[in-house]
Amino acid sequence: MSVEAASLQAVQPARGLKRSERSVLASVGLHGALVVASLIAVFPVFWVLVTSFKPDAKAVETTPKLVNDSSVDNYVRILSGEKGDFLAWFGNSVLIALMTTVLAVFLSATTGYAASRFRFPGKRSLMLSFLVVQMFPFAVLIVPLYNILLDLGLQGTSLGLVLVYCTTAVPFCTYMLKGYFDTIPTDIDEAGRVDGLSPIGVFWRLVLPLARPGLAVTAFYAFLTAWGEVAFASAFLSAADESKTLAVGLQVFVQQNRTEWGHLAAASILVAIPAIVVFYLVQRFLVTGLSSGAVKG
Amino acid sequence: MRRFLDRHWYAYAMVLPVVVVIAVLVLFPLAQGVFFTFTNINEGNIANPILDRPATYVSVGLDNYLKVLSGDASYGAFWSTLVRTLVWTFGCVFFHYTIGLALALLLNRQVRGRAVYRVLLILPWAVPAFISAFAWKYMFNAQYGIINQFLRFLGLPDPVWLGQSDWALVAVVIVNVWLGVPFMMVALLGGLQSIPGDLYEAAEVDGASAWQRFRDVTLPGLRSVSSTVVLLGIIWTFNMFAIIYLITGPNPNTRILVTYAFERFFSGASRDFAVASTYGVLILSVLLVFAGVYRRALRKQGEVW
Repeated sequence: MSVEAASLQAVQPARGLKRSERSVLASVGLHGALVVASLIAVFPVFWVLVTSFKPDAKAVETTPKLVNDSSVDNYVRILSGEKGDFLAWFGNSVLIALMTTVLAVFLSATTGYAASRFRFPGKRSLMLSFLVVQMFPFAVLIVPLYNILLDLGLQGTSLGLVLVYCTTAVPFCTYMLKGYFDTIPTDIDEAGRVDGLSPIGVFWRLVLPLARPGLAVTAFYAFLTAWGEVAFASAFLSAADESKTLAVGLQVFVQQNRTEWGHLAAASILVAIPAIVVFYLVQRFLVTGLSSGAVKG
Repeated sequence: MRRFLDRHWYAYAMVLPVVVVIAVLVLFPLAQGVFFTFTNINEGNIANPILDRPATYVSVGLDNYLKVLSGDASYGAFWSTLVRTLVWTFGCVFFHYTIGLALALLLNRQVRGRAVYRVLLILPWAVPAFISAFAWKYMFNAQYGIINQFLRFLGLPDPVWLGQSDWALVAVVIVNVWLGVPFMMVALLGGLQSIPGDLYEAAEVDGASAWQRFRDVTLPGLRSVSSTVVLLGIIWTFNMFAIIYLITGPNPNTRILVTYAFERFFSGASRDFAVASTYGVLILSVLLVFAGVYRRALRKQGEVW
């Protein structure tokens, strides 16, 4: 089984009917369906954006309006640290997400390459165990994990959390990258070996550069895994305000009996921006990566 | 042995880091978690290095399993929760797949502005889950939520979405469908593009209708991608705890196996690690059995992975 990384990326020019062959009615239907679907996909984010400018009291009026005493006050108050050390949380989240991304991409690239190119005893059981790993509800591992991190001296550190995130991201990323490496012709490896590169040299200097689109998708996936995670972050980081991640820190807006919707919305927008930026970068990279990767045929 | 290592050392060198990390951080905790299911471990009797208190939990044999499998309501009403989990899983994955496939088919045509549509349609995937959860919770609010305002505007009934009724389950399914469609769509889009164009041309020459082309060329061409993403989708949805937990909290109408394990784990005066682990092991068993059956069914159709 393989998830083709090629399939998780964007898209070559399509075949199918040419535009001229399509009737006007079909065109209207096609665009209509896509517009409705896009609106549904985007609306929740748009609505959070609208809400983020409203004061908390206006955000819970029974007849929601687009603009209602809107201002940037929520953002100012959050960024100035009035509601907790937002910038420190942000820094922690960036650090943890980047470390997870780098480590997970590295680990799944080497493993995916080995699984794609080499036949070695234990390969099948390794790939199957990656599937099984996804089946166990990780939340239930928190106590044993806590003990192990404590023994390793990693409890309460960013590195411990990064390693835990890698265990959730790496199995899927490995499958994805194995599928992607499978699409790169082995002729390239053989040519590299003939030119005197070691197997690892071939991987590092020839195959990895060709696999950039696949790596980009993997990076995106790993980044999102770490960026939005709540349960492990709240269990494994120390309770001190300055060591929290965003996902944990934001819980201050939903405490007690009422939720500060305006502030929560503004904080959410600030949290979503980096994720969407990463998404957008990857998306563009993929399109160019695909057209330049002509060697893949 | 030496020849064996000579031949395979680089493969093992490349795999080793992952194997070590997974062994230490997954398999070992997993073994410990299985061990917990035979004890009465909880917050009160676990070893606490900070208070310098030794562990005092004792073995209780199969007691946890018997209690959980009896379906007793004070242990989460296992069987009815399992049924709800299955409804949730298959409901979500069905809509993920059908909507994802429909959108992939639309995007695979030559459409003006396709790049824009694609970015917009993948967007839900890029938003962190806890933010999506919050956004939908706000929109589903019975009093000030935009969804009910819209329904009232249309003259439709406006249910209390997130209250103690099955509407809450409908609501979390809607959110999870919204969240999961982009992944399916992108995976299936890649699958569609790997189907050779000649097949369509040949089918057209033979006079196949659009429906016949879809049924006899597109669907078989998507089989291997589909079987993989559906299996992954089922596993992920079965264990999807964040959305339900963040939107409805401990609402019994949206309780699935994972969220109950989590409830047991985190709430209550004495955090019950033993029962939570028991649920974890049962979840793993259900998924393993399912994956085995699924694989056998695929193999019968000549598909092996």
